[in-house]
Amino acid sequence: MIRFENVGLRYGVGPEILRDLSFDIAPKSFQFLTGPSGAGKTSLIRLFFLALKPTRGLISIFGREVSGLAKSEMPALRRRIGVVFQDFRLLDHLTTFENVALPLRVLGREESAYRADVIDLLRWVGLGDRMHAFPPILSGGEKQRAAIARALITRPEVLLADEPTGNVDPPLAARLMRLFVELNKLGTSVIIATHDIALMNQFNARRLVLEEGRLTIYE
Amino acid sequence: MSEADLAHKIQVASFRRQTRQATSRQNQLVPENTVAGNALTVVIAIMSFLACLTLGAVTLVRDASRDWQLDIQREVTIQVKPEDGVDLDREAAKAAAIARQTPGVAGVEVLDAKDDAKLLEPWLGTGFDLSNLPIPRLIAVRLVDPKAANLGSLGDMLTAEVKGAVLDDHRAWASRLQSMANATVLAGLAILSLVFVATILSVVFATRGAMASNSVVVSVLHICGAEDGFIAREFQRHFLLLGLRGGLIGAATAGVLFAILGFLLVPTLSGTDEDQVSALFGHFAVGPIGYFGALGIAFLIAVMTALTSRLTVYQHLADGD
Repeated sequence: MIRFENVGLRYGVGPEILRDLSFDIAPKSFQFLTGPSGAGKTSLIRLFFLALKPTRGLISIFGREVSGLAKSEMPALRRRIGVVFQDFRLLDHLTTFENVALPLRVLGREESAYRADVIDLLRWVGLGDRMHAFPPILSGGEKQRAAIARALITRPEVLLADEPTGNVDPPLAARLMRLFVELNKLGTSVIIATHDIALMNQFNARRLVLEEGRLTIYE
Repeated sequence: MSEADLAHKIQVASFRRQTRQATSRQNQLVPENTVAGNALTVVIAIMSFLACLTLGAVTLVRDASRDWQLDIQREVTIQVKPEDGVDLDREAAKAAAIARQTPGVAGVEVLDAKDDAKLLEPWLGTGFDLSNLPIPRLIAVRLVDPKAANLGSLGDMLTAEVKGAVLDDHRAWASRLQSMANATVLAGLAILSLVFVATILSVVFATRGAMASNSVVVSVLHICGAEDGFIAREFQRHFLLLGLRGGLIGAATAGVLFAILGFLLVPTLSGTDEDQVSALFGHFAVGPIGYFGALGIAFLIAVMTALTSRLTVYQHLADGD
């Protein structure tokens, strides 16, 4: 599904941030991406959703080699990947409903066609009564769930979540993790970037550990 | 009521208000009613107002010029200059008789000393005794059809039979007025072009500013798989509405100003002043072309704004790669 071969990344003429990364993300797999701050997790996530191109090596996403992709081909691939950012990246002038429905609006679908699906998903993540609220009045946990719902609405084949439990209390973190596991059982590959060792210890999942730009994999 | 209760009530009221807004219509992806957006609306309104004023002035001059042309072509003047030993009244009557017999002439009017005094009033004032001045006698000849009248033959007959008679068909005067009117129209068009260029440049800067201040929107849309065309369309729609609003405000203000000037200015003038102003500008009335043109300018500016923003967004997205 996603394959990295000897991938290296540097910004400008600076040192390499990521070095010789080689791994696969298999379909329907579940894995954690971890490592100390500054190890290159965010850069690796940006490589996953095509916000960056590697300075060396090969990245293949859904069978397409990234360096040979035309700009016009990227949106179609990005739609197959759901991303949850640590800072949520919700649009403050849109309601929770509109934020979650954004990927469908981008696809040119009519609101009447997706309204029921969006409401169902909002109820599933516990935001059924907050769908008309705007992000500035949502709590951290509500924003987190809205961001997750937006990433899931198009049923992506891969879900990338950057510190998805970083802003919520332990019970809500556990609930969100159950949500990811359930999603994985439905067929989505899940990659969760986190510092939380206790959280990772609760799940018997593959770990990709980044340290000083190098990757170690614990199956 | 405790502070917590008050905060809760404010939050509930805010939520209800936002819920009403949210359910009324889908929000635009590019935020509306921002400070930068409102400032650009004002700039576009001013540009549109100036463009409409220029268009109004151009139509005023063009209409006046056309009226001058028509008036001048439908009338010629015979001047009978005073000469020693010649009876001016008798020569004037002879010239008038020749004119009346000329084909294509609708009417002949010999201006008397009183009419001459009225014509000279702006320069010499009232109550001036003209009897001692060698003032030529004027005969106004109205033509049915300027093309059918044989003015060459009339001129020859007058020269041959009337002492001191000269036929003036006002061609030199008309040509000078036409040149002045054309120059004014060209200057107006040049000003219109400058206003349009200034509008386009304002929109380019505003769009770049909007793209910078909405970088999160652009980034989220990209992450959601939006194509550049989709993002450009969203910005284009935002700027089209903004341009339409600014353009219509400017055009409406100019239209109201035209109406007020047309209604108020002319009645305040009287006598000789009114004659001169009317001769130059008609009645300060901007015709339908002025009003419909103002409306057209509003829509043109809106379309220009939308297209400029679209191109700028594409450029910005291409630069970001």
